[in-house]
Amino acid sequence: MNSQTNVMSSAGEQAATNTSGSPTRPFFWSLRREVWEYRSLYIAPLAAAGIFLLGFIVTIGHQVTRMRGMSGMDAIHQRNTMATPYDMASGLLMAVGMLVGAYYALDALYSERRDRSIMFWKSLPVSDLTTVLAKASIPIIFLQLFCWAVAVVLQFSMLVVQSVVVAASGESVGILWAHLSPIQMWIMLLNHLIAVHGLWYAPFYAWMLLVSSWARRAPFLWAVLPVLAVGALEKLVFNTSYFFLSLSDRLGGNPAVVFVKDWPADPMSQLMVGHFFLNPRLWIGLIFSALCIVGAARLRRYRAPL
Amino acid sequence: MACIEARGLRKAFGTKIALDGIDLQVQEGRILGLIGPNGAGKTTALNAMLGLIPYEGQLQVLGHNPWNERDALMRDVCFMADVAVLPRWMMVSQALEYMSGVHPRFSRAKAEGFLAKTDIRQNSKVRELSKGMVVQLHLALVMALDVKLLVLDEPTLGLDILYRKQFYDSLLNDYFDHSRTIVVTTHQVDEIQDVLTDLMFIHRGRIVLNTSMDDLETRYAEVKVAPDQVEAARALRPIHERQALGRSIMVFAGLDRKQLAGLGEVRTPSIADLFVAVMGNASRRGEA
Repeated sequence: MNSQTNVMSSAGEQAATNTSGSPTRPFFWSLRREVWEYRSLYIAPLAAAGIFLLGFIVTIGHQVTRMRGMSGMDAIHQRNTMATPYDMASGLLMAVGMLVGAYYALDALYSERRDRSIMFWKSLPVSDLTTVLAKASIPIIFLQLFCWAVAVVLQFSMLVVQSVVVAASGESVGILWAHLSPIQMWIMLLNHLIAVHGLWYAPFYAWMLLVSSWARRAPFLWAVLPVLAVGALEKLVFNTSYFFLSLSDRLGGNPAVVFVKDWPADPMSQLMVGHFFLNPRLWIGLIFSALCIVGAARLRRYRAPL
Repeated sequence: MACIEARGLRKAFGTKIALDGIDLQVQEGRILGLIGPNGAGKTTALNAMLGLIPYEGQLQVLGHNPWNERDALMRDVCFMADVAVLPRWMMVSQALEYMSGVHPRFSRAKAEGFLAKTDIRQNSKVRELSKGMVVQLHLALVMALDVKLLVLDEPTLGLDILYRKQFYDSLLNDYFDHSRTIVVTTHQVDEIQDVLTDLMFIHRGRIVLNTSMDDLETRYAEVKVAPDQVEAARALRPIHERQALGRSIMVFAGLDRKQLAGLGEVRTPSIADLFVAVMGNASRRGEA
């Protein structure tokens, strides 16, 4: 290659980087593409929250009666009684997030091959790794953040409705807010969603993405059956169940608790972020996730439409 | 610098050899037609050039190694695989937004200009469009890209004749200029006869003909042989002979047209006839 073509190609590269802006642009647009394609990512949490709020409003009388009956209880019982519908609300959004996340991760790299649109995506200057990273960040980060935001709005709406009803019936609204301490509740929920549902569960989502980039059909079966087979084989050969135990342990999320479960006087003092990040099992899971993501990106490079 | 340069390009799928050591060079500003029967290796060759499959041998496209640098390459190259690859859930406006977002050389105004000439509305989804409209949309997106190389793999497959004609017309009139290069494969050889500057026949993973259209006119001649000249004509060893309406039609290679003029009507063979002539020979050689 002579110097002239060198100059020309470097000038061309410069022009390209100038107009393409920051390197995060393809990532950002890959994320937007996912939200366009998988509308269930936001519709499902919103719909679940809407239905729950409706149910809460319909049964609000019941809640107020329960509040009246708790005057003799101690503080922890009072708090728990009042918090039950609020805990159910966050639990519902966690469950919806898990379902939608699993559905998404199993489909994300499979459907683009099935409908051949991968040929369109690959005709554009977005690398396989950028695409797969965007797809992985959806269930691991963004879906959890969105579920948190929906939960906050839902719980706030519930609080407002309940406050109005409680005030109208002549009871003290202050007790409700004092016991629930919504700001703390929301900080802890955010912690839980990011730490457990995002980072701690990341290996599940990354594994599903890997399978969805590999499977020629039935990604769900390919994601589940080999896992069952490994566990069964272990039982058969060694008569042990470490594989299943570690799986259920991870799914249970117990080692990942960022705060102490029992409600102490000041739960915020019990946040154990450092403890969480020092847990080697977190890092083993994250390394496994990274390997799955890199594997999925490599597979996408080789994979043709189905 | 050549736009595409391949040396010993080889690709096998298991025991089946799709590309058997191809050498080729495509210069800037050419429109190359890659023609061959099904399974000849056309799509494999294109996929290798686009970095969609790994390969053996040397391959440079616009100075890039396609397999290792696909995303960088795609700033300067665009391809249309065939009609069915635009995501069906996508809205036309989303396609425009996305392209402006990820492609540094995409002009949204240009694409909207092309779309304004069609019946495609921006709030339509791809799944609501007819096959012809999807191709129009894809072509509008592709033509709004200021890229150096455009690769089209059977772009008009399954389209009716109106859209096919329109497709190549807009490609030539609105898109092509001499700094751009186009590589196209198709089965509808006749409709690209007047579009191409270069022609390549590929058969069983090998190139059996590689010529510019100008050379084709001087090198090949088709003669509608007069009945009393048939034996004399056969003595000149035509590469192909067929019968049409009781007359022998022979294709000659490398002979002077003046020499042939005495035998009957002389003209340049169509790509389709040349294809039959050259492929027929290649097949016979392959079997022998």
